[in-house]
Amino acid sequence: MTALPLVPPALVLVASGLAVIVLERRARGPAARRFFASPVAAAGLGLLVFFAGLALLAPLVAPYRPSAQLDIVGLQSRAPSLRFPLGTDLFSRDILSRLVYGTRVSLGIGFLAAFVSVTVGTAVGAAAGYFRRFTDAVLMRIVDVGLAVPKIFIVLAAVSLGRPLAPVPLALLLGLTGWFATSRLVRAEVLTIRERNYVEAARALGVRPWRVIARHVLPGAAAVLVVSAALSVANMMLLEAGLSFIGAGVQPPLPSWGNMIADARDVLATAPWTSVFPGLSITAVVLALHSVADGLKAALDPNAPALSGIVTER
Amino acid sequence: MATWLARRLAAALAIVFTVVTLVFFAIHLAPGTPFLPSGDRPLDPSVEAGLRARFGLDRPLGAQYARYLGALARGDLGESFSQQRPVALALGDAIPNTVVLAAAALAIELLLGLAIGAVQAAQARRRLDTLLTHGSLFVYSLPTFWLGLVLLLVFGQGLHWLPVGGVTDPVLHPSLSLAGRLLDRLRHLAMPALTLGLVGAAGTARFQRAALLEALGQGFVKAARAKGLTETRVLLGHALRNALLPAITLMGLALPFLLTGSVVVETVFAWPGMGKLAADAVLSRDYPVVTATTLAATALVVAGSLLADVLYAVADPRVRRERPQ
Repeated sequence: MTALPLVPPALVLVASGLAVIVLERRARGPAARRFFASPVAAAGLGLLVFFAGLALLAPLVAPYRPSAQLDIVGLQSRAPSLRFPLGTDLFSRDILSRLVYGTRVSLGIGFLAAFVSVTVGTAVGAAAGYFRRFTDAVLMRIVDVGLAVPKIFIVLAAVSLGRPLAPVPLALLLGLTGWFATSRLVRAEVLTIRERNYVEAARALGVRPWRVIARHVLPGAAAVLVVSAALSVANMMLLEAGLSFIGAGVQPPLPSWGNMIADARDVLATAPWTSVFPGLSITAVVLALHSVADGLKAALDPNAPALSGIVTER
Repeated sequence: MATWLARRLAAALAIVFTVVTLVFFAIHLAPGTPFLPSGDRPLDPSVEAGLRARFGLDRPLGAQYARYLGALARGDLGESFSQQRPVALALGDAIPNTVVLAAAALAIELLLGLAIGAVQAAQARRRLDTLLTHGSLFVYSLPTFWLGLVLLLVFGQGLHWLPVGGVTDPVLHPSLSLAGRLLDRLRHLAMPALTLGLVGAAGTARFQRAALLEALGQGFVKAARAKGLTETRVLLGHALRNALLPAITLMGLALPFLLTGSVVVETVFAWPGMGKLAADAVLSRDYPVVTATTLAATALVVAGSLLADVLYAVADPRVRRERPQ
């Protein structure tokens, strides 16, 4: 395995490409066809599957342990070679291995944080839009306050008052402070959907409010939800990367793409590969998420005004 | 208009007041004692009790809250642990730098973003539009700090065109002429402002393209075309004017983005603004500085969105009559 360390990641790449082709072949229904009609969206989906594969199979794909300092004298900041396809960093750690394990951390935080934020944002937005009146007024004032504080400062304050957070608490904090924009978006959708006849019919039949929301109102907002979920993962990943870069996010030696770039700052000019590959990885995943979001929007909601859902919290 | 403005102002003040209260309670709920921010060796209980009494931390929470509000009203934000000087002074040094950086970035973001969006709308679905769509999506996906590092590597350390950090040249600046000093400042501002502005411009272009295309599909555009106006005049004179309304909203939304970006970009370029102040303070557990920058950032965001709302109301009289959302 040490002789050809690039083979396992290449296999994952080929497998994810095949997976997308199979998906495209089996795509039934107009929405799926509209999604795969855009090569950019399909490529984005492929990239996401690839990185998810790397994260899941990290122990099989990574040639070394991510924090192993292989030879602190002889293997510092080595340029890419056959043995170390992406080079080594200042602490003689294999960059490919750190990148692969970093996928777990960065992707994991992004998805968990986005899951929390979209869940809370949907619940709050649906409650505000469906119940209106007092509930709406109270919830939306909370949202006003939440949107007024740039998220990064909330995390900085939390870290300075306590201690640096482990990945899961960090993701939860990002999620619990990142749902405000989503809730506004969902509220706006729910306000129009709740007036439709089938919702009124459900109400007239005596269906309980939360059941009406879950079974009759929210399915109508599915397009907005799915698109904003994809964008939310991208935003959360960018935020985590920035926080880890300034030292307030994921703490070394645990690798995240952001703190790998932080480690690379001192050797920026002499060993550019230490910062280029993690930076490209973040860009690739965020780009893939944006492309998938665009594709989903075109697929699920082709007649929506072009403006809706473009502005997100960042 | 006056009642609308008064209500909007009251809402803004209420938001800032709420955040101040939340920050106060966050500080008090935080684990550990304020006297040992590093928290490795416990203090002698009698010494700690003495310190608590001296700083008024043994008094009831309500009294402490009142004192905190009073101090805040006088502009007293506490003492920085790491800088050994009042937080207000440190913030006073930092905020102007961040405002300069954010204003320059905002100018780049709006001018470049609106221009690219207009070109795309005029060329909709042709090759140039597709190219710019993909290009702006790529730039929009770049992490700002990494883009900053790449620019730094290429234009600073590689080509030596621009200085790699700071606001002014530490050696030459005092000896330069007035024009020379201004040029020195602009050269230092160029890369951080471009880093922040480019990513923002990509987002603005995406937004503006959609806004213009939406405006181009409306009745008044059809009327303008029917009048026989050239396509350029239709686009710039009629569609753009209406598509600028959402751009004002965008400006209000840009501020949180710029402040978030300033934290990492200022760190990359050693730009002594609020973001770098907060980032450095986090590493030294200097929480009075971090909480104060949080409050300052909130105040800036609230002021920015208030300004955007007022501009919007001036531009579009329909807004003033409705209940603000």
